[in-house]
Amino acid sequence: MEIEPERLKRIVYGTLTTRPDEIDCDECFEQLDRFVDMVLAGKDAAEAMPLVQDHLDRCGDCREEFEALLAALRAVA
Amino acid sequence: MAERTNEAWVADLRGPGREQALADLRDFLVRGLGYAMADRPSVTEADVEDFAQEALMKIVDNLDSFRGESRFTTWAQKIAVRVAFTELRRKRWKDVSLQDLITRYDGVDFTPVVLTDPDASPEQRAGQQAMMDIVQRLITEELTDRQRQALTAVMIGGMSTEEVARRMGTNRNALYKLLHDARQKLKQQMTAEGLSIQDVLSAFA
Repeated sequence: MEIEPERLKRIVYGTLTTRPDEIDCDECFEQLDRFVDMVLAGKDAAEAMPLVQDHLDRCGDCREEFEALLAALRAVA
Repeated sequence: MAERTNEAWVADLRGPGREQALADLRDFLVRGLGYAMADRPSVTEADVEDFAQEALMKIVDNLDSFRGESRFTTWAQKIAVRVAFTELRRKRWKDVSLQDLITRYDGVDFTPVVLTDPDASPEQRAGQQAMMDIVQRLITEELTDRQRQALTAVMIGGMSTEEVARRMGTNRNALYKLLHDARQKLKQQMTAEGLSIQDVLSAFA
C-alpha cells in the first residue's frame, strides 16, 4: 500500500500545528460571510480573522465551500 | 436585479415585496452557483436550479439568524453553496465504501505504508519513512476506534469530512471536534517522541 509523501506531510504538519483554540465547522460557517466580504473588499481577512483562516487551512470541506463562494460572488458582484 | 440594502432585502422578503425579492434572490443564487460550478461538468443547469430553490427555502426560514454583519447576498450565497456541496459530496463519494477506505490503511494485519517520493534524497526518504512509521504506530496505539476511523478516512483517505460524518451517524461539526481531539493526542505523543515541525520541513524539503 502506498501513500503520497505530500499527504503524510500534511498529516504530520497538521497534527503538530494543532491548537487548542481552533474553531469548528459551525463557527467557521457562521463567520464565513464576513470573512469573504473582507476578501472581496481587498482587506487582509486572514489577519483580521485568523481562526477562520486556520480552520480553512485545515478543513477541506470548509475550504472547498469558501473557494466556491468566492468564485460565485466574484463573478456576479 | 434591483439593488437593495440589507434592510431592504429582509423587509422585502418579509413584506409585500416578497414575490419580487424571492425572484431576484433566486436569480442571484442561480447565477452565482452557475459560476462556482462551471468547472464541474457533472453539475447540470437543472441541478443548479434545484440547489437554488432548496437554498431559498432555507434562507427564508432562517432570516432571523441574519445578523447584518456581511452583505445579505453574501450570507445567502453562503447557504446556497453549502446546500450544493452537501449534495455534490454525496454523489462524489457514493461508490466509495467507508469501510473499504478505512481497511485499506487500517487493516488488522498492519502493512507498513510505503512512501514513493522520487525527488527525495536517500536521507529524506529515510526521514519520511521513519515519520510514517511513527504516525502509523501512534494512530494504532493512541486513538479510540472512532478517532482512528475518522482520521484514517479524512486525513489519510482524503474523504470529505461531511460524508464521513454522515456515514458514521454524526455531523460534520462533531466529526471535526473528534478529529481535533485526535490530533491533540497525537501531537502530544509526537512531541514527546521528539518530532518537530522542523523535522517535517527538512524531510519534505
